[in-house]
Amino acid sequence: MTTQTRASAVLEIDVNNHAGVMAHVVGLFSRRAYNLEGIACLPVGDGRHSRIWLKVMEDERMPQVLRQVEKLEDVQGVRLHGGDHPVFTGLAAHFRQDG
Amino acid sequence: MTNLAELAQPHAREAAPHTETLSGAEIIVRLLERQGIRTVAGIPGGPILPFYDALSRSTRIHHVLARHEQGAGFMAQGMARVTGQPAVCIASSGPGATNLLTAIADAKLDSIPLVAITGQVPQALIGTDAFQEVDTYGLSLPITKHNFLVSSAAELLEVLPRAFEIAASGRPGPVLVDVPKDVQTERISITDWPAPGTRQAPSPAPQALLQAAADLINGAEKPILYLGGGVVAGGAASLAVQLAEQAELPTVMTLMALGAMPVDHRLSLRMLGMHGARSTNLALDECDLLIAVGARFDDRATGQVAQFCPGARIVHIDIDPAELHKIKTAHVGITGDTAQVLQALLPLVEARQRPAWLARIDQLESEHPFPLPEDSHDPRSHFGLIRTVAACLDDEAIIATDVGQHQMWVAQAYPLRRPRQWLTSGGLGTMGFGLPAAIGAALAEPRRTVVCFTGDGSILMNIQELVTAAQEDANVKIIVMDNASLGLVHQQQTLFYKERVYASRFQAVPDFVQVARGCGIKAVDLDKSANPCADLLQALSSHGPCLIHVSIDLAHKVWPMVPPGAANRDMIG
Ligand SMILES: Cc1ncc(C[n+]2csc(CCOP(=O)(O)OP(=O)(O)O)c2C)c(N)n1
Repeated sequence: MTTQTRASAVLEIDVNNHAGVMAHVVGLFSRRAYNLEGIACLPVGDGRHSRIWLKVMEDERMPQVLRQVEKLEDVQGVRLHGGDHPVFTGLAAHFRQDG
Repeated sequence: MTNLAELAQPHAREAAPHTETLSGAEIIVRLLERQGIRTVAGIPGGPILPFYDALSRSTRIHHVLARHEQGAGFMAQGMARVTGQPAVCIASSGPGATNLLTAIADAKLDSIPLVAITGQVPQALIGTDAFQEVDTYGLSLPITKHNFLVSSAAELLEVLPRAFEIAASGRPGPVLVDVPKDVQTERISITDWPAPGTRQAPSPAPQALLQAAADLINGAEKPILYLGGGVVAGGAASLAVQLAEQAELPTVMTLMALGAMPVDHRLSLRMLGMHGARSTNLALDECDLLIAVGARFDDRATGQVAQFCPGARIVHIDIDPAELHKIKTAHVGITGDTAQVLQALLPLVEARQRPAWLARIDQLESEHPFPLPEDSHDPRSHFGLIRTVAACLDDEAIIATDVGQHQMWVAQAYPLRRPRQWLTSGGLGTMGFGLPAAIGAALAEPRRTVVCFTGDGSILMNIQELVTAAQEDANVKIIVMDNASLGLVHQQQTLFYKERVYASRFQAVPDFVQVARGCGIKAVDLDKSANPCADLLQALSSHGPCLIHVSIDLAHKVWPMVPPGAANRDMIG
């Protein structure tokens, strides 16, 4: 594994909204022993689609994993953002140790 | 009968669409019929019984009752591998579905289009640990190209055509459709049927990339063309041969691509990698350009990756964008259908000859001749047997194998000369693949002779399908190369575990000839034969299933070989 300090990144993934989608997307990372630092998901619009936000640590496997995510049948699009994207900073308040 | 009448009067039907009320099970059957499926393999059980009940009324689909769901899965694979079209296997819930999984995983790794339909407990019982409930969707998720859990009969109209479309499009692969029992029994009325799912047209590659690839080919002094299974899957074999001839490109093939170029073509360097010829791997070591087409730089092909084609630039053509730059960074990476890309590339590639490079390869071949053992003309030796079988048959024959030493010997020695002639479990390396895959091939192409080279270890993993071969009168010739051992394991223990041979020699061995006869098929033992060549020819040329037994000396190894983890140039043996 790489010893350089790694930057975090945020992925924004548009998907079809059904029961198996989270398993497809999240499983793709876990099968590659790729740790997810944060997950958020909510339906979009009429509920036929959802958006999954993932926070990951970037490493050399990232481009390959992204290409694999794009191949999933239920994925419509993937956008890559910097680790400072507000979606997770906004959630941080709910994750303080004292609750 | 309704179906035939409908087919005869398509216009009448369009003019006056009639509404039918059908169950989910009947809808699946109708969709399979409309899809052009004529043979399916499977085993029934409670949660898939509504489907079987509907299937029993189909006059178009022949159901092959396998004796184990893994056998059914590999039969479907055999059909798909020889036709290139998605094939269907069926299982019940729980143990039926889990038994299918190995064949599905195998199809995933070899990019074989498969549609697996499984029964599931009624939706009201899902998640209750109901009898024969397993999470088939969850279990199949990482080993399918895509999977579905169907929640209503109406959804079947969308899901099934889509399953076929996904299985056949882009990089082919297996798709699983899990159908709860209540979805099979739900009745809905249908007026319009969806179009069958077909392969989506791939998008063309950008001209600039094609030109860049052509420039590299035109400028190379020592190029090698590297063909993988994607050339077979894409129907691009003859175009690949044309490219090789036009630009005089020496050509290597992966295990999956054998036959894409006839292995005895003047430009063929046959198989590369772990058990390729030494001269082939040494030529790769010297090449200045590697043109990979439908190949994925698998570790058995490349050996230690950093040392693979160290001085070469790389052109990589593959329909799966995720394969580009996965193992080796390509100088020119082209995402596209192999046939389409080669077709577009051909006019950009200069016709030329490369006498110096071919002379160098000739020199490597004469310095490192293939290590043929002394007994290779004896039809009861491993290579002698393979060559005698080849001499008895023409290129119309289909050659399947199981997994082990025998598989590698056949890959090295059989004169494979056409795409889809060769069925072998490449990516997963699944013992037990051979017999059911051969039966599937014989079902799909009943006029061909299908030979299955197997080992005494592998055959036992799906030996129950001998009964299926008898039942279907499948034209399969099962050649058991019997060394009373798990030969390839024995070889590894001998070479890399200081001859500590453990759990690889069988303490008890069956009488394969008796077993075959007991299952209702003919059998001949070449060990006891006065004239083995004549008996072999007789067995191969008479119709129907037949088992041919030959003892093979355990001392024989698969040579040469790249030790695990080593560079391809450092072969032993
Ligand atoms: C299902 C499965 N289990 C285990 C293995 C590991 N394995 C690879 S080759 C081999 C031995 C094969 O023996 P046999 O079929 O007799 O062929 P031989 O090598 O003797 O020609 C084994 C156990 C495998 N490939 N597949």
